[in-house]
Amino acid sequence: MTNQDNSWKTRTKKNTVRLGLWTFFWVLTCAITAFAPKFIWDFNTTLTIIAVVVNILVGFGMILANRTHLRGLDEMQQKIQTEAMALSLGVGLVLGSSYELLEDIKLITYEPEISHLIIVMCISYMIGVIKGGVKYR
Amino acid sequence: MKNRLKILRAERDWTQAQLAEALDVSRQTINAIEKGKFDPSLPLAFKVSRLFALPIEQIFEDEV
Repeated sequence: MTNQDNSWKTRTKKNTVRLGLWTFFWVLTCAITAFAPKFIWDFNTTLTIIAVVVNILVGFGMILANRTHLRGLDEMQQKIQTEAMALSLGVGLVLGSSYELLEDIKLITYEPEISHLIIVMCISYMIGVIKGGVKYR
Repeated sequence: MKNRLKILRAERDWTQAQLAEALDVSRQTINAIEKGKFDPSLPLAFKVSRLFALPIEQIFEDEV
């Protein structure tokens, strides 16, 4: 009954580690793109363009790794992930558009930051995954 | 949807983990199917049917 080399467990573990590495390098290249122009190469245009391109390419690598990870999951886990992503997308769309309006209608004085939206989407995604885990436990 | 997965598994003295490995899914998925919380897809139902060498309708029962 065992197939050690390509079992669900082995495959998922491998895909998760790969996704984790791509995510780590994407965050690293984001940090380099955000801070290196100011603190390391004094806004050298060529180096900044290279950093941006590398960041985008690594980002696409992360997207592909995420796709592989999702495809490697079993059907119940894919359902949990789909529901969590739907929640995250919906919350992001609704709260993101309202949040953007807040400054226009003078309810907040600061400019809305994309990072705030990303945090909200991450939290709602995690809530969705936990909710799915509890639902099918 | 009702199913006899837990009974069939017990008859063969298999653990949820062993059945999960044989069907290439997670143990959590086997647990959810056994409890009737998750209905498997048709391909997975056929896989279960082949593994237990029984027709699908003898394993899964529609709740009308």
